[in-house]
Amino acid sequence: MEARSNTAVGVTLTINGVERNASIEPCVTLLDLLREEFHLTGTKKGCDHGQCGACTVLVNGTRINSCLVLAVSRNGSEITTIEGIGTPDELHPLQEAFVRHDALQCGYCTPGQICSAIGLISEGRAKTRDEIREAMSGNLCRCGAYIGIVDAIEEVMAAPKRKTVP
Amino acid sequence: MRRFEYLRVASINQAIERLSDEPGAKLLAGGTNLVDLMKYDVATPTTIIDINDLPLREISETSDGGLRIGALATNSDVAFHPVVENRYPLLASAILAGASAQLRNVATVAGNLLQRTRCSYFYDVMTPCNKRTPGTGCPARNGLNRNHAILGASQDCVATHPSDMCVALAAIGTMIIVQGPNGARSISLADFHRLPGDTPEQDTTLQNNEIILGIELTPAPEFQRYSYLKIRDRLSYAFALVSAAALLTIDDGVISTAHVALGGVAHKPWRDTAAEVVLVGRPASRGNFDQFASMLLLRSDALSENGFKIELARRTVVRALEQAASRTPQSQSDKHIH
Repeated sequence: MEARSNTAVGVTLTINGVERNASIEPCVTLLDLLREEFHLTGTKKGCDHGQCGACTVLVNGTRINSCLVLAVSRNGSEITTIEGIGTPDELHPLQEAFVRHDALQCGYCTPGQICSAIGLISEGRAKTRDEIREAMSGNLCRCGAYIGIVDAIEEVMAAPKRKTVP
Repeated sequence: MRRFEYLRVASINQAIERLSDEPGAKLLAGGTNLVDLMKYDVATPTTIIDINDLPLREISETSDGGLRIGALATNSDVAFHPVVENRYPLLASAILAGASAQLRNVATVAGNLLQRTRCSYFYDVMTPCNKRTPGTGCPARNGLNRNHAILGASQDCVATHPSDMCVALAAIGTMIIVQGPNGARSISLADFHRLPGDTPEQDTTLQNNEIILGIELTPAPEFQRYSYLKIRDRLSYAFALVSAAALLTIDDGVISTAHVALGGVAHKPWRDTAAEVVLVGRPASRGNFDQFASMLLLRSDALSENGFKIELARRTVVRALEQAASRTPQSQSDKHIH
């Protein structure tokens, strides 16, 4: 099949509070833009088909799969990736809780899990353990750290105040 | 992904004009299905018409007590809308039974209506598929067909429609409002999705140059008895093997209305209004539900690997009706079946 227009289009996104511009082909997904153009490689490419949740980021505060979104269609949006959540010296409460509850082994799914959990908490829908499990079902963990992940989210939801790291 | 031209439209007419001018153009709403199909080379649009700036997100009550939902309202917008939660809890439940939170935050009503089958042959461009490439054959008919249709299939296609939302819409009764070059028209959900016949490449009766504006739900009384029961291979984030949407009105133990739609069993949400009539005027008993379920599945036909779905569907219908009758709808987070 003939190649269609590969005319680059301009995209402006506010990523972790910083306005960033890029000239990209329309076929570039938000995930590939973050990783390949802006070198924000904290957001992971797992399945690349919306089945694993490793690419989860927040767009205008809402959790989405960045692998299934054309970056150009989100022009002007505010994006939060794991690079914008906590720092090594000052972890986000969810990051602290993930450490405390052994909510990871290999860590590949963790950026997506954290972004998804932040989205879950701000949605304010899930209250019970069953509801947290259901609302996190879009994030797979091949190491099977699900019990720790739900423990961590439950803890942060119950005590939203910031805890100090020992 | 193949390259394409990108056009962000500012008006409905502009979208319709481009669709009319360019048969290879496709509309982009949430994109959760379309972008995925483009990655697999199953969808190869020449132009992507991005309609996300169009004013089609509103959810509003109609004068007759129904509800109009804009084409671009996301699945989450709909599931958590107060009117949907109060008067159409079946719809909220069905939406929350589908996909994941991330996908529901992006996927739209119109995209859900138009989502394509998850048949593995349809997705694999190295294999024949009458739906993807008409005339090439259907390997599913004698191949991997455990998830495939038990009702309404044809020699050419045994695929199922994957939506949960549409199963609830079928039970509720829904009109699809569409617009084309000659103006707007309404299509009932029952006539919107097609059976495959010998043209399985056509999922719906929507024309190539028509755009979905929104849907209108039939007026529903408050606190209607309902349940959406979805049976799948894992507890969450999987397509249905079988699902049942049940709506009942019961007066003094006697059924006055019964609407039941099945998902995961056919090329479209499956509803048989003639069979529903037998429930009317009868007690809401297990025996009557059993008899109805058997009627609903009378013309079911098993493929090599999916015979289990016939009995599974029968039991799912009975259980969903029992849940509805007893006002204990299936929870979409506590997955125990009570």
